[in-house]
Amino acid sequence: MAILNLKKIGVSGVNSALHKIVENSEKDFEIRNPQGQHSIACGINAPLNVEIKGHVGFYCGGMNKYAKILIHGHAGVGVGENMMSGYIHVKGDTSESAGATAHGGFLVIEGNASSRCGISMKGVDIVVGGSVGHMSGFMAQSGNLVICGDAKDALGDSIYEANIFVRGEVSELGADCIEKEVRPEHSAKISKLLKSSGINANPTDFRRYGSARQLYNFDVDNFESY
Amino acid sequence: MCGIVGLYLKKPELQIQLGKLFKPMLFEMRSRGPDSAGVALYRDQVKPGQTKFSLAHIDPNFLWKKLGNDLAASLQCDVSIKVFGTHCILITNAQEDLIKKYLDAIKIEPYVASNEIIYKKISIVGSGKSIEIFKETGSPKKVYEQFNLTQSSGTHIIGHTRMATESAVTTAGSHPFATGEDLCLVHNGSLSNHNIIRRNLEREGIIFQTENDTEVAGAYLTWKLRSGYTLREALEDAIRDLDGFYTFCIGTKSGFAVVRDPIACKHAVLAETDKWVAMATEFRAIAKLPGAENAEIWEPEPSTIYIWGEE
Repeated sequence: MAILNLKKIGVSGVNSALHKIVENSEKDFEIRNPQGQHSIACGINAPLNVEIKGHVGFYCGGMNKYAKILIHGHAGVGVGENMMSGYIHVKGDTSESAGATAHGGFLVIEGNASSRCGISMKGVDIVVGGSVGHMSGFMAQSGNLVICGDAKDALGDSIYEANIFVRGEVSELGADCIEKEVRPEHSAKISKLLKSSGINANPTDFRRYGSARQLYNFDVDNFESY
Repeated sequence: MCGIVGLYLKKPELQIQLGKLFKPMLFEMRSRGPDSAGVALYRDQVKPGQTKFSLAHIDPNFLWKKLGNDLAASLQCDVSIKVFGTHCILITNAQEDLIKKYLDAIKIEPYVASNEIIYKKISIVGSGKSIEIFKETGSPKKVYEQFNLTQSSGTHIIGHTRMATESAVTTAGSHPFATGEDLCLVHNGSLSNHNIIRRNLEREGIIFQTENDTEVAGAYLTWKLRSGYTLREALEDAIRDLDGFYTFCIGTKSGFAVVRDPIACKHAVLAETDKWVAMATEFRAIAKLPGAENAEIWEPEPSTIYIWGEE
């Protein structure tokens, strides 16, 4: 285990160390004193184990490929944004736009996520132990967003083909987002994701929301508008 | 961009460290707003019948002491003056309106900056019982040094680092904006209907010093409070009437308030321990405070009013 003290070496120092990975080099890292700084552990391109001891700022773990990143604290805006693969686990809460535009991988938030969680997600799986803020799943294209608590206004607004599963209350659905039947394959997916996340919830308690497919399909009645 | 920060101390024994504790908070927000910086500091409440003014003039050699003597002679009142760079804190027992009229009417010697002659009036950047406002173009470091803020004690403080969008980079356009007795406001975001609200408020007799959108938000609160609304009621109406993106931090005589617009896309974070409450645009500004790691930390909800110390 290599220890990276961010207070001493700064964000560039930490990220350089995580990017300079060659065969047989150290795979386990602990980042100390993150001090809420931005872009910590961004752009990792190797199967590393990274533990961050404290609260992080914006874009932590952004563009992640292969790495497992564990954050012992809260995360700021855009945690795991544009993640390609790998696993990011936040022990605390996250600010807005968690997992934004992420193409793959797995994001687990034990606490609450603020607004726009999973905005424009493109294949990532996200499990939130608590509740999510307004406009979560906005323009979500593919992947699964599992919310164990409640969802605020405009959930899944302009959604494409992602699945949103909510256990608690939904204050309001966004444009073109509707409740859909939970089929056996969806229950199986929820069970699998909950099990992998380590968050304890009953998979049969969840309802599914997805696209009514009215917004993003061409309607011949609108021909004159083009 | 812009960065806003606030710190409210719960324990009186920490008050002598206020300037020192707040320094890294404001400095950390420099990258969000390098154009100008300002703080509203609450300290040394004046005696009943007295008013404290924060005054500013562009000339760093402005004769504040002379102004104080002239003012005392002219209005037959007590005046004390403390000079901090381009600002001065003036305490007097004269009526607030008379002071404002006097300052507005006096002839100021032209100030020659490089080869440009500037006739600038003295601007009243704040007034009340305990508020002191210091703001200037440049970095937080420059502002902190010029006004000797590291040594300052007090109960609470709010600050702003500005990246100018809606109006010019000037001292007058810097935040905080004083909005009534002991009240001031800092803003991250931009308002889209400030011109129409400014025109409406001008009809109500409110005078504006700048074209700045934030001054309109401040003036709106002044107007509401003057009409007898409580701070909470005024902010509830502000959420309805002000259109745009904003996170506001409002300093009051005994605490501060935080409010975000219904979309809440301008960042904000709050943290609280048994010793302090802190607000910042980004957590990294709070991270430097003692005990921040174990503080209760949360993001303020949209259209929700948070108030400490008041009510």
